[in-house]
Amino acid sequence: MAEKNKYLMFLGCAIPYRVSAFEISARKVMQKLGVELVEMPEFNCCGLPLDPVSHEMMLILAARNLALAEQKGLNILTLCPGCAGTLKKVNKMLKEDKALREDINSHLKEAGLEFKGTIEAKHIMQALIEDIGLEKIKNAVVKPLTAFKVAEHNGCHILRPKEYIGFDDPEDPKTLKTLIEATGATCLDYMDETECCGAPSVGISDKIALQLARDKLNHVKMVGAQALVTICPFCHIMYDTNELRIEKMFNETYGIPILHYTQLLGLAMGILPEELAFNELRVDASKILKEAM
Amino acid sequence: MAEKEKERIKASEIDPKFKYEIAKMHGGEKLMRCFQCGTCTSDCPVARFSETYRPRQIIRMTQLGLKDRVLNSDTLWLCASCFTCTDRCPQDVEVASVIRVLRNLAAERGCIPQVFKEQAASILASGYAYKIPDLRIKKRESVGLPPLPRGNPESIRKTLCNVGFAKHIEKKGE
Repeated sequence: MAEKNKYLMFLGCAIPYRVSAFEISARKVMQKLGVELVEMPEFNCCGLPLDPVSHEMMLILAARNLALAEQKGLNILTLCPGCAGTLKKVNKMLKEDKALREDINSHLKEAGLEFKGTIEAKHIMQALIEDIGLEKIKNAVVKPLTAFKVAEHNGCHILRPKEYIGFDDPEDPKTLKTLIEATGATCLDYMDETECCGAPSVGISDKIALQLARDKLNHVKMVGAQALVTICPFCHIMYDTNELRIEKMFNETYGIPILHYTQLLGLAMGILPEELAFNELRVDASKILKEAM
Repeated sequence: MAEKEKERIKASEIDPKFKYEIAKMHGGEKLMRCFQCGTCTSDCPVARFSETYRPRQIIRMTQLGLKDRVLNSDTLWLCASCFTCTDRCPQDVEVASVIRVLRNLAAERGCIPQVFKEQAASILASGYAYKIPDLRIKKRESVGLPPLPRGNPESIRKTLCNVGFAKHIEKKGE
């Protein structure tokens, strides 16, 4: 049984590539909550991006990471729901299906590795609610953000498919809302909350991807949210990087900052905005910060 | 695309074994359960904005054995893998997984969008799906982040040495 306050940090690819604000704020928050993060000894992509072209390659890449983590005897913590979803799914599949495990292990053996099925993988949101607990988080809040009215965006891979993820209700997710409310902020309901951000369609059909993101921003604007809170690097890129482009393309005005949940929680814990990498956000968040201070 | 789909189906293009081929693959097992209710298409966020992408149609064409039409079609790659269809299907078909199986078969034929080729090549070369800019790697220390874990391309290649697709990508990259 691995510890609940010590994890192996699995960064994924998108975060070191261009979403460091999520990593910076997540590490600050976890440190304050007394959680120790150990680095992966070596890294490869979780495998998800290659599932469409080779399911087998995805399975091997995911299993390779699980095998490396097993050697360390620690549960994996990810910031990316895509990584969490993939590692969880493959972990479950290999634990339950002996024939598949033997097949995948025959590939891992080429590099001297073996999947044994001794650890778990969790997304930071799941770790916060299940391992660290709401009480501890609430106790760490020293500056309740009672002036904040925000909306949440879970993204797909933290919720679906339910069979493999299964810690929240995909049709009516509550975890992120509960975690937002723990900071003192109000979390507003809006239309089509569980809808996809469109990021996976970028590069295949940018037009469809941007229309999906536009729909979401329209719905968030409609309820008067001051910010949209995400827990996925891809959803964050989709909204934060493209908000200006969508405004121009479709003649809309939003001005809605896109915050990583860990930035919001960090603020409520009394960590300064500059330590939480607010300056890295493309959509200016200074207005909402002023209101909160 | 729309016109092509209106082309009449000829008996000669039907491969009656196709559905069994799919049903044998992991993720495609429940293809035959689909009774064409259309929940997948009506709940699909991509279908809302696309004039061609219809998951129900892809499933039906697969059941009918329209192998070439399905595998050579660009629309197959529009699925965003949000898994809404999988979760809501009353017959538990795992629609997104059937589409993934079809994509894997299309990839074996060489029908692969550029973005996937680039990511696969990057993973084989560095472990990461994108080339992480040197500036980002250097900047980590100044913002208080630990060094980025390294990939181990040699070991990754070893684990993938018996996978057909990996060999295909490596050859292309040479």
